[in-house]
Amino acid sequence: MAEWISLSEAIAGNVHDGDCLALEGFTHLIPFAAGHEIIRQRKRNLSLVRMTPDLIYDQMIGAGCASKLTFSWGGNPGVGSLHRFRDAVEQDWPGPLALEERSHSDLANAYVAGAANLPFAVFRGYTGSDLVRFNSQIRTIRCPFTGEELAATPSVRPDVTVIHAQKADRKGNVLLWGILGVQKEAVLAAKRSIVTVEERVENLDAPPNACVLPGWTVDAVCLVPRGATPSYAHGYYDRDNAFYRRWDSISRDRDAFRAWLQQHVLDTGDFSEYLRVVSESNRQMAAS
Amino acid sequence: MKPEDYTTDEMMTISAARMLRNGAVCFVGIGLPSTAANLARLTHAPDAVLIYESGPIGAKPPVLPLSIGDGNLAETADTVVSTPEIFRYWLQGGRVDVGFLGAAQLDRFANINTTVIGDYRKPKIRLPGAGGAPEISSSAKEVLIIVKQSERSFVEKLDFITSVGFLSGGDSRARAGIPGKGPAAVITDLCILQPEPERCELIVSSIHPGISRELIQKKTGWKIRFSDRCEQTDMPSASELEVLRELKKRTAIAHGCAESEA
Repeated sequence: MAEWISLSEAIAGNVHDGDCLALEGFTHLIPFAAGHEIIRQRKRNLSLVRMTPDLIYDQMIGAGCASKLTFSWGGNPGVGSLHRFRDAVEQDWPGPLALEERSHSDLANAYVAGAANLPFAVFRGYTGSDLVRFNSQIRTIRCPFTGEELAATPSVRPDVTVIHAQKADRKGNVLLWGILGVQKEAVLAAKRSIVTVEERVENLDAPPNACVLPGWTVDAVCLVPRGATPSYAHGYYDRDNAFYRRWDSISRDRDAFRAWLQQHVLDTGDFSEYLRVVSESNRQMAAS
Repeated sequence: MKPEDYTTDEMMTISAARMLRNGAVCFVGIGLPSTAANLARLTHAPDAVLIYESGPIGAKPPVLPLSIGDGNLAETADTVVSTPEIFRYWLQGGRVDVGFLGAAQLDRFANINTTVIGDYRKPKIRLPGAGGAPEISSSAKEVLIIVKQSERSFVEKLDFITSVGFLSGGDSRARAGIPGKGPAAVITDLCILQPEPERCELIVSSIHPGISRELIQKKTGWKIRFSDRCEQTDMPSASELEVLRELKKRTAIAHGCAESEA
């Protein structure tokens, strides 16, 4: 049953060193506030899963939280590389990062399989791709009815899934809309789940087929306005494209990254303080 | 219109856009494919259906999305479904006519690498990876690839095959049991390449105005061949150029960046 608690309590109570953790959100509704809190609480040795690692995992990898990454596309969308991710893979900095590399179709299917309590996903894919040579988890299975050979991969069953959503009501029923990615599947596939939301409302006013996660499928709900910035929350605020571009230069250099992380994440108490510090940095950048 | 009135990048985008027929259901990659597909939609193919892997079906974005999941894709789509549904019902379900992809590296059989330069376990350059491309390239009925041509992108041997074209050529793709027909064309800033019947090796079928055969060979890492019926690509029309430049301008204003970044 969903409990309304602070984000720092939710992370402290649900995320443990060594956990398999998925923070999902396909460009939209990326749970940045939760990622920062995981960095602040210095969680270590996490096995991270996410289709598109994006800036949030770049930050968590650079901060030393992760020992493994399962992913399908690791770039800075519309900008270029994720430099912290690349530094970890190419130079083992700040430590080695094991990769389990898959395709979008695979991970999407694997979350569905996880939510459906199945051990593996089955789909048509990977034929001829070298990914099969470097990921021994990508296997094949023969259809018992037609004989067709299909790809089979393990389902994703995170210890904890964290997502960001637009609204939740008093009982912790969660409503999200717009680009939904794999969030619903990721929550239902996980042992525990945390949802940060823009707003706490009396009534969701959700139409019958809306994407609602009933409160009893969620462990913790946390009110974190703007908790998905610099990604966006449909109906609330836009994507901060300028920050995505700026991240390229912040993250390219280890020292610049470390200084940024210290000032904006480690030295701030929570996400609202981060937002104040980051808007001050933006103001100074604009003035210089 | 003269070659100095437009850039080779504009020629590439416009000739790629022309390949998308009106009414086609197109699974669109971000970046160059998205620019070309939207240009097609705004010119000769108003009824093209653009599908993005984040979930929008029938997206009609007023400006180019910076990411694959920008809000304007959802707002202008006929419907927005979940990412698993996109891959399961719509792509694997066989409803996509054209997969429109980019590439970091490509070989003579139009196999694509977007994973690593160098050795996989100790890469010289770690690229973003597969995304949706392995299944788009195999499940879409056909594939269009748009990529800038250089000796670094057009290589004799790929460091890694992320997504398949025609594998080792001939009927190797069909024999592997891959459902779609594979790449119909590769569109570059220099020319258009198409698979030769039967062998399925890419040969130049159309050369953009002002580009020499020598330059195409110089920018290709294998011995390139030209079709016996090799043509010259039609220059961009005034209206194609105007629509493309307006689109890029609107995009730059919307994203608050220089036009070259849009």
